[in-house]
Formats: sequence, structure tokens, C-alpha cells
Amino acid sequence: MDLCRLTIHEMRELLRKGEVSSTEIVRSVLDRIAQVDGQVKAYITLTEEKALKQAEAVDRKAGAGGALPPLAGIPLAIKDVLCTKGVPTTCSSKILQSYLPPYDATAIQRLKAQDAVLLGKTNMDEFAMGSSTENSAFFPTRNPWGIDHVPGGSSGGSAAAVAADLCAAALGSDTGGSIRQPAGFCGIAGLKPTYGLVSRYGLVAFASSLDQIGPLAKDVQDCALLLQAIAGHDPFDSTSADLPVPDYSSALTGDIRGIRIGIPDEYFIEGMDPEVEAAIWTAIQTLEALGGKQEKVLLPHTPYAVATYYLVATAEASSNLARYDGVKYGYRTSRPADLLEMYQRSRREGFGPEVKRRIMLGTYALSAGYYDAYYLKAQKVRTLIRRDFEQAFERCEVIATPTSPTPAFKVGEKTENPLQMYLSDIFTISVNLAGLPGMSIPCGFTKAGLPIGLQLIGKPFDEATILKVAHAYEQATDWHLRKPPL
Amino acid sequence: MKITIKDVEHVARLARLELNEAEKERMRAQLDSILSYIDKLNELDTSAVEPTSHVLPMVNVFREDEVRPSLSQEEALANAPDRHDLFFRVPKILE
Repeated sequence: MDLCRLTIHEMRELLRKGEVSSTEIVRSVLDRIAQVDGQVKAYITLTEEKALKQAEAVDRKAGAGGALPPLAGIPLAIKDVLCTKGVPTTCSSKILQSYLPPYDATAIQRLKAQDAVLLGKTNMDEFAMGSSTENSAFFPTRNPWGIDHVPGGSSGGSAAAVAADLCAAALGSDTGGSIRQPAGFCGIAGLKPTYGLVSRYGLVAFASSLDQIGPLAKDVQDCALLLQAIAGHDPFDSTSADLPVPDYSSALTGDIRGIRIGIPDEYFIEGMDPEVEAAIWTAIQTLEALGGKQEKVLLPHTPYAVATYYLVATAEASSNLARYDGVKYGYRTSRPADLLEMYQRSRREGFGPEVKRRIMLGTYALSAGYYDAYYLKAQKVRTLIRRDFEQAFERCEVIATPTSPTPAFKVGEKTENPLQMYLSDIFTISVNLAGLPGMSIPCGFTKAGLPIGLQLIGKPFDEATILKVAHAYEQATDWHLRKPPL
Repeated sequence: MKITIKDVEHVARLARLELNEAEKERMRAQLDSILSYIDKLNELDTSAVEPTSHVLPMVNVFREDEVRPSLSQEEALANAPDRHDLFFRVPKILE
């Protein structure tokens, strides 16, 4: 049996029965990494020795008897945007290439508290800015389903690692679609929680009013398990919500009779790939056959979401990334003549082109004379986008859309045209602007064999309902069981 | 043209980014095309709309100002590109 192919809940069951050890599982995954990560290139840093030690510790605890926490002994991958104490955290940027965090992000602490095994750090677009993982300062990651295609981004390393069985599941971050879009492109499940559900403490900031940490996993049940582990209030993040966390696994009943599923016209646009559109309608029919009720809803400000996002996100990013000044940590240019030159050269040499572009756009949007016309305007349109969803959710519990207008594109296809790249996030961005939970699950494949993602959007803090609907769909289909030809 | 080379130079100075001549022109052209796309927002009348800076109904979060364990000076300085004793060292700022 190939242990690396199993889901978290399957591994857990075998561990619980004592049929396999965590060490055997971790070795199986490490062997798989040695075999195929040369092609996929999902990992930036592998912490093989630490992982094996951690697995041995779990096996000793298991041997001593007593119940283990839900994630004990399970090998997980972490997007390189989350601080891991003593393990390099680069954000796929030269400017943080040698950064060793002195602390763990809250989400990491919570995984460690459950004795999860951390395998290493996964590749991403630099500072999570991108939709293809081609903006990594180190190397691009490839899509396991089509090696000359991108895995999506920015959590492309995490998504590719899950799809190729290079980990049981992974954490990513999502500012405008960075969990859902790569999950869709790689044929796995990925969930962006409601803003405030998961602490951002130790998540390297991109756009602080939009960023959320979330799970990428082989199925919906695993997403629920991982979300359960990381969700909940944290005094170290003043934007973390002080609300009780429901039991997500108990929502996975398979019964979605009577649940109203909103379908927004605005998400079925011209230019959408016909194979994607067909797969989404078939998925909606499946949800109806399961007892879901189709409801037409309106999200009229959808066409303005990308423009709004690229002002709000870049403005916040330009401010957040001001901290990279070559003083406290990170890269510093050699032999600067004075302080100003030190700042300017360190940033010139440390940041890649997309990060510079966004810092420039954000600085421009916030600068004297342009603030009202750009930044304030975008914040007002953000209100309109949020209201669209509030009104739509009076008529339904879940909104179903495609995750992306196309399947994974080819490596290099959009790198020369930033605007084209931005438009690939057109269906995921509004969800961040409105702070809602959203999830992508596989709902088919193109004739060329590339996965297609179905996005389910929920009401604030109602992850349970989207997980319930996603799980019921998954039970009725077998897309999530397919494995890439690697 | 929405943005000139002079604008690019001004913004680069504000952002403490050094750009060479070729990069300035490339940046100008790319920002210009992105800003033209963003102009789409002007189709909407937002004169009576409140801005959203945050989706949660945020209020200030206070706590007692107590001394708690934190990073040691050694840990806080461990990633510094240059240091002197227990300080971050930077180029001289006064002549």
C-alpha cells in the first residue's frame, strides 16, 4: 500500500488501529518527494530530519497508550509565508532568503500542539503576489496534472504538493484567491476561511484586511480537520474574531436537502472556457439531484472587483512591505554610501518585478492627490461588493460559481501581461473583499486532462455549510479520487 | 497617458525603490495600462457610499499593559544584517 496516497482521515484510522506507524507514513511521503519533486518543485525547504524525529516521538507516545490528537503523526506542508521557528521562511523572496523566524505563527503552534509532522516549506509567488507561482524568486512550481502548466498561485507549492501526494495536506494563504485558484488548478480541495476566523499572527503580511490562512487537502473531510485545528480566537491578532468555533466534521452529514444554492449570472461571462462552464452546470445539477435548490442571485458589482482589489491590496501591500529596509532582518545591499542608498538598493536588489510593480501601484494610489480618486474610491466600491453578497445571501445559504474562468494555463503564457494574470482571479477576489468563506473542490476535467474547480461561497463564519455542501457533492462524485499521471 | 516618467520617479522615491531608466519606462507603461483598467470604477456613482476599510465591525482591542515574556535581545537581533553589540548598525546618518 502506498501510504503517501492516503488522506489525513485514512492515515488517522490506520494510526489509531496501530496498523502503521507515523514513521512509516512520513518515510512513504519523503520517498515520494525524492521521486517526483524534482519535476513538480513544490518545496523550497525540506525538514526531513525534524520530520522523522517528530514522527518517532508520536510513535513513542502511541506506544505508551492513550488517545492522540487528531493530527498526531500526520505529515503536513506549510506555505513559506508562515513563520516557523528556526526554519527558513522566505516568502519566495530574495529579501527574506536567509530569514530564520524566532517564533512560530499561531497556526503553526496549533498544528504542533496536535503533534502534526511538518515536512517543510512550499513554494509560492513572491510575497503571495501572483496567480501562477512563477513569481517565485527561486523557481516555478509545475502542475502535477500537466507538467508544462502552472499550478496556480500564490499557494502553488502547497496545492501541487497535495495533488502529487508530497504531503497529506498543507496550509496556504489567500488574499485574492491564492488557496482556491491553485486548489482548482490542481484538482484538490482548498478553503479560505471567513476573515477573522484564523489568526494571522506569524503570517507574513501582504494585504492585512484581506489575508487569511486556510487548508489545502485531498478531500473535504481533511479540510474540515485542518480548519478545526487552526481556527479560533488569538489575542496576538487583534482582528481575530472572539467567537466559538463549531465542530466542522459534524456538519458533514451528506444531507443538503432544502439548502438554497445561489447562482450568480455575473459569474458566467463571455470568455469563460466552455469546458469549465459545462462542468460547473453539471455540478449544479448534481447538487440539485442531492436536494439542493437552485436560486438565481445577483452580484451586479462583480465586474468591478478586480479593479477594486488591485487598489486595496496594493495600497496595503505598499505599507506592509515598507518594513523591508535592510535594518532589522532580511537582505541588505553591500557597501551603501548612505542610509537612503541602503534602503533603495536593498529593496531594488531584494524584491522581484511583480512585488515592485505592486508597491509602486499601491504607493501611487495612496499618494497625495490620488488618495480620493483611487484608494478611497476603491474602498467605497468594496462596500458595494459586500452589499451585493449580503443581499444575495437573503435568498440562499451557499453561492456556487466556477473557481476560475479557465483551467491551468501554460508556464510563461501570462508572465508578460500583468493585467491578464490579474484577470485570472476574477471569480475569487470578491470573496476576500467581502471577507467571506470560500472553497474550491474538483468538479471535472478538461479533455486535455486538467482539473476544473467549483467554488462554493458561504455566509460569514458559516464554513460549516459550505463544507457540508462540498462534502455531499464529493460523496456523489469521484473527481477527488483521481490521481495525476506522475 | 495617465502616468508620466516623472510620476514614476516621484512614486519610486516615496517607496524607496531604485529603478534604472529601462525599468522606469517599463513600469510607466505597465502602471498606465493597469490604471486605465482601474478607471472602470468611475462608472459607479459612490457619492453616497461609506468606504469599507475592514469587513468585521472592528473596535479597538485593549488589554492590560503588563510585562510578559518576549524575545530576548539576542533573538531579536539574530536576523540583523549588521549589528554592533546589542544594536542594529546602519550607515552614518549625520555628517
